[in-house]
Amino acid sequence: MIRPPGAGSGPGIPARRMFTGDDRLALKKILYSEKWAPYIFVLPFVISLLVFFLYPMITTIIMSFQEVISLNNTRFIGLRNYERLFDVHFYNALKTNTIYTVLTIALTIPIPLLIAVLLNSRLTKGKTFFKTVLFIPALTSVIVAGIPFRLMFGELDTALVNSVLIDLGLKPQKWLLNYWTGMMLMVILHVWRNAGIFMVYYIAGLQNVPDELYESASIDGAGAFKKFRYITLPMLKPILIYTLTITIFEGYRMFGESYVLWNESMPSDIGLTIVRYIYQQAFQRNDLGFGSAIGITLLLIVLVINLVQLRYFGLFRKERD
Amino acid sequence: MSNRQKKIWLAVLIFLFFAALSFFVLFPIYYIVMASFKNSQELFRHGLDLRIIPASMSLDNYKLLLFDKSSYYLYWYRNSILICALFTVFSLFLSSLVGYGLGAYNFKGRNLIFVLVLVVMMMPLEILMLPLYKLIVDMRIINTYAGVILPFVVSPIAIFFFRQYAGGISKDFMDAGRIDGCTEFGIFFRIMMPLMKPAFGAMAILLAMQNWNSLIWPLIVLRTNNMFTLPIGLASLLSPYGNNYDMLISGAVLAIIPIVIVFLFNQRSFISGLTAGGIKG
Repeated sequence: MIRPPGAGSGPGIPARRMFTGDDRLALKKILYSEKWAPYIFVLPFVISLLVFFLYPMITTIIMSFQEVISLNNTRFIGLRNYERLFDVHFYNALKTNTIYTVLTIALTIPIPLLIAVLLNSRLTKGKTFFKTVLFIPALTSVIVAGIPFRLMFGELDTALVNSVLIDLGLKPQKWLLNYWTGMMLMVILHVWRNAGIFMVYYIAGLQNVPDELYESASIDGAGAFKKFRYITLPMLKPILIYTLTITIFEGYRMFGESYVLWNESMPSDIGLTIVRYIYQQAFQRNDLGFGSAIGITLLLIVLVINLVQLRYFGLFRKERD
Repeated sequence: MSNRQKKIWLAVLIFLFFAALSFFVLFPIYYIVMASFKNSQELFRHGLDLRIIPASMSLDNYKLLLFDKSSYYLYWYRNSILICALFTVFSLFLSSLVGYGLGAYNFKGRNLIFVLVLVVMMMPLEILMLPLYKLIVDMRIINTYAGVILPFVVSPIAIFFFRQYAGGISKDFMDAGRIDGCTEFGIFFRIMMPLMKPAFGAMAILLAMQNWNSLIWPLIVLRTNNMFTLPIGLASLLSPYGNNYDMLISGAVLAIIPIVIVFLFNQRSFISGLTAGGIKG
């Protein structure tokens, strides 16, 4: 590691002959400077932020007040794009996202939590095996995962789920043509793919709970439920809040679950979500102004939710150092 | 019933619960593997018989998928692997630079930049798709790997994680490097990078999984059949009439199985990668 300064100090110095004496001195100064180096380290983020975040963000905000006839032909129309948000399609999309989010919270948090608690118990045999199996769906992409579900829930009487329903004497369903059965499929698909990940998070959290806490609770005569209520839950609070946050976030920006089930035709807005509405208006109908207005509205929704989170749970409070 | 007996019963119950749960969780995969060996017309007419009958099974769907002239499946596979690998390598490199810069140095503007990282992290990036699309068209990288990779290659989650990790490493290592005459970048490449190896491992898995499964952005950028990734290609075969099911099903099976195998051999790193990235990120 001991070298004279400047002699081939790693990939930081490019072909030397390209620089004049003064340049080389300046470069050397930067390379050895504790003061300047960090700015070069964070440069990739700053560039990416300016080009791929701030610039598009500002463009979206501007476009949301414009009628975009073509990319070079735009005119300002004030709030008219936002006024159009009071239409039935946006209302349907917002409703679908909200119901979907509530249902996914109700399922993807308690079920993996229960599984994690059981997998952490000394009574359970074959833990590693079950953990592996339950995690496998998390490896699939939403499109790939959607294919077996679309097949199983096909609308023909011979499709798997319908044939089981018929055997049980129940009515077969046209799963994708009905709002609530469609919603159910999206939620099932989400839970199937995400429960394994949350399970792994909760197991990691449970392993950080010191055994002594449970032992002393047992000595005090606390039963399994009390231990769960007064030790496990409080100790898992940070992870529970984290999973709640991302479930809400993912819920309002959901696209894939809907796209794999209704990629072309979507009867009467079943499965229309906010992001799909943006996609539809902007890329299929070329209405960039309105698409942007929907996007800004989605942003505001997510910001409000984030602020509420920050206010009540202080998620990032400990990060401020 | 004695306490011991009670415990045994409870253990049996829990075991049965997990056995049943595992069955339901794995069922869709089993189902699609079985279906992939069937003729798709037969599948629609008679439904799926879940018994394994070798006589009625064939590899025709796979032959069609891999060898038929009209099938682009192998292109999709290649694109998915290349995009995922390139994205992961570049993202690890760039994000670790930034994360290290934020974690290991004290400099003016550090907090501002960190807050901006958090802001990008909490932003639903779907809303930027339109202007990003315009930008990618203007940069003439529409329908290319670069177009898919560039906008998201500097990953805020990875920056966040690398920052935490670098912040936890003793500054003595940096000082030792300085005394030995390393440049600040030499310190990063020769001393800190090796020390941050576990962080690179965890983030490699997180970033690769995210990219492998990404849908909406590649769907917008990739325009021609020979450039599609696996999810986009398979999505292009989806139709309400079910006429492509032979290729769709075998295509889905071949997209799942290799990853499951890789996972089975590297379980621990997969799970610790995702947990680390998820919880600390």
